[in-house]
Amino acid sequence: MLEVENLTVRFRHRQGTTTAVEDVSLNVGRGEIHGLVGESGAGKSTIGAAIMGLLPAAGEIASGNLHLDDTDLRALTPMEAHRLRGKRISMIFQDPQTSLDPLMTVEAQLIETIQAHEDISTEAARRRAIELLEEIGIARAETRIRAYPHQFSGGMRQRVVIALALCTNPELIIADEPTTALDVAVQAQVLDLIRQLADTRGVGFILITHDIGVIAQVSDRVTVLRGGRVVEQGPTPQVLGAPEQPYTKALMAAVPPLDRKLDRFRLPRVAGEEEEAASASAAKEAEDWLMSGSGTGLGPALDLSDITVRFRGERRGFLGAREDFTALDGVSLSVRPGTVMGLVGESGSGKSTLAKVVAALVQPASGEMTLDGAPLPPMRSRSRHDPSRRLVQMVFQDPFSSLNARHRVLGILSEPLRLYGLETDAARRERLVRAMLALVGLPPEAADRYPHQFSGGQRQRIAVARALLSRPGLLICDEPTSALDVSIQAQVLNLLKDLQTRFGLTTLFISHNLAVVRQMSDDIAVLKDGSLVETGPSEPFFAGPQATYSQELLAQTPTVRFGPRAA
Amino acid sequence: MLGRLMQSEAVWLFSRSPAAILAAIAAVTIVLGALFAPWIAPTDPYDLSSFSLIDGLLPPVWEDGGDPRFLLGTDDQGRDMFSSILYGARLSLAIAAMAMAIALVLGVGLGLAAGYYGGRFDAVVMRIADVQLALPAILTALLIDGISRGILPRDMHDDLRLGVITVAIALSLWVNFARTARASVFVERNKDYVQAAIMMGQHPLRIMARHILPNILGPLLVIATVDLASAILLEATLSFLGVGLPADSPSLGTLIRIGMQYLLSGEWWILWIPTLFLVVLVVAINLLGDFLRDLFNPSLR
Repeated sequence: MLEVENLTVRFRHRQGTTTAVEDVSLNVGRGEIHGLVGESGAGKSTIGAAIMGLLPAAGEIASGNLHLDDTDLRALTPMEAHRLRGKRISMIFQDPQTSLDPLMTVEAQLIETIQAHEDISTEAARRRAIELLEEIGIARAETRIRAYPHQFSGGMRQRVVIALALCTNPELIIADEPTTALDVAVQAQVLDLIRQLADTRGVGFILITHDIGVIAQVSDRVTVLRGGRVVEQGPTPQVLGAPEQPYTKALMAAVPPLDRKLDRFRLPRVAGEEEEAASASAAKEAEDWLMSGSGTGLGPALDLSDITVRFRGERRGFLGAREDFTALDGVSLSVRPGTVMGLVGESGSGKSTLAKVVAALVQPASGEMTLDGAPLPPMRSRSRHDPSRRLVQMVFQDPFSSLNARHRVLGILSEPLRLYGLETDAARRERLVRAMLALVGLPPEAADRYPHQFSGGQRQRIAVARALLSRPGLLICDEPTSALDVSIQAQVLNLLKDLQTRFGLTTLFISHNLAVVRQMSDDIAVLKDGSLVETGPSEPFFAGPQATYSQELLAQTPTVRFGPRAA
Repeated sequence: MLGRLMQSEAVWLFSRSPAAILAAIAAVTIVLGALFAPWIAPTDPYDLSSFSLIDGLLPPVWEDGGDPRFLLGTDDQGRDMFSSILYGARLSLAIAAMAMAIALVLGVGLGLAAGYYGGRFDAVVMRIADVQLALPAILTALLIDGISRGILPRDMHDDLRLGVITVAIALSLWVNFARTARASVFVERNKDYVQAAIMMGQHPLRIMARHILPNILGPLLVIATVDLASAILLEATLSFLGVGLPADSPSLGTLIRIGMQYLLSGEWWILWIPTLFLVVLVVAINLLGDFLRDLFNPSLR
């Protein structure tokens, strides 16, 4: 149905042109789900945009043919292309939060779209919209249709987006990371829906994702992309079951397995490719410095008892009472010295809130915290000079916002040394910063650059270096790799794991990715709606979770079914 | 350093924007002219002995009866218009720049603190700002002028007029800075780098000055440029209305007020030339402000 032949897309910019997609060919048949997988920068989304005719102004299709049945997509006038979009090709975007208009009811948005493409009465359009919502699994569609997008949950909202894409009966739907912003449980449902639509309606799908698990779960055919070129292409069971290209193998190996624990995360590196070499002697200096500060060699024990956090709700009406929201409800947790506690749960379960309570960024309503037996004051009463300010450090989720864009790396990394009076001499500070950069696998010259000159993975290394430069005892990692590609995820997690073992850091490791948590942690705690569901040693947990909720959570995590079983 | 500057995005965009280039040329010429007025101007308009009534009301050189000594003609006192305008622009720009600087420091300081601390402090500062916004700038200026007239002795009042008008303009401009700074701080405050700094236990003043401020400078710079134009206009308005600077040290506004008397008398240059000058200056600064706004907001490109 859709035929893409030798597509090459170039972007013009001030320094010349870059080729984003080179010589890519792919076919999508009716009812077929074609997965495009690759790391960021592989050109996945650019291919989608080229098919839609929605390349940004600087981009152009340099060569190649695009055909949807008999229609030559490249020969269309802008007006024809406009009519075709939505009518014959639709799109599902990554974030349902932003792809629906928050000021219009779902009904208005669906009717508007249907009437834009078909000349039918509003009443008929409404009936069609309700049928659609029922078809994609929204209960009580007749009343729910009058709701605004914010009144739906994330998964339901993504269903509405899918309904919106379906309402003109398109032949092809391009889904760009449709489940990346969703929880595993919801992700499974949305993927099921996509599979079902392909089977029953015969819609062709292009499924763009960086998650091989998603591809393995629903797609019929898969194209592995790297640097804008096709690495491997074919039926999904064949490509993922018996990958021929080293890159495909490497990419699959980088996905942490859920079913067993490995010593190290494997890197998707093809043999013979560049290996970054950190200067060992410089790293040694930073290591000695870190060691010299710790007494026992193990981080402190962290005990939380009965932590409750409430957020003030909106007033209902002018005189109405506030409806407070309980984010954490009496959570008690012990992290043993020098071990990693993995904290898992869906979004909204209170994982991050718990981390912020420990980090003194959120004030708990009640509860006690101790660090090695000594009371750890909560946010309001923790003074700026409290010793725990130095001992407790955090690595944030998004390395693009956790580093101040206006400061050089040297300035960012010197700050803890200066602030905690660990090193008073500026020259010594600079030396130590460069040594620490070497320890986290970056060249010492990195100190002179600004954060935006680094990739996501490198930035996360800088963030780790910042945390280490306070000589911490307790490290909180809040989804440290969920903003990163698999390959980079593996590197950063290996780094964290190495450092944790070497310096005996007590670690609170938060992630929604169970496979990652299994690799990282000694103990595990499952949170749901602010309450602790289950806690205990990690390996027994993964072997046989006790609580029903934990079992569900494990069952819903997509795995690469065709993956090679042997390690 | 220079090489890197020449390659920067800003310079590249600037070189492709004719409006910005023209505006920059006009603004720089006027500012330089004003700055070096004592050296450029043929006569000193403040020096009563340097001009005589005999030269009064001469038209600009290109008109019939123009005198080559007076490029843009003379006023009724025989003062050279060109010199008057240069000196006037000097005063106008100095007052505007000073007022803007005061407004910037006051507004950004209060806005930063209000956004950072939130709560009651924020509420109080912002309500004051609302009250300030409800009063038209001219009214504020008239009020301050009136109060200062009332409480200061007459001779002191004349000496302080410059200060009074500067403070009056600053007071009506700080709200813009405060509001913008506060809104930007709200956005930045929740970003992880600020959270990281708070968590580490850094001093709030350091967090505001070293971490947040550099990240919100963009929009503030745009406002500063646009507000500089408003400050010049405000000064001109106040002087035009007579609450500004006295006639013996004329700013652009004062020149226009004096020129008003000749609006229909045939001596058009006394009014029109300073007016045109003011318009060009304000439009140029506004265009530069627009360019800066586009520069800092890539989505508008």
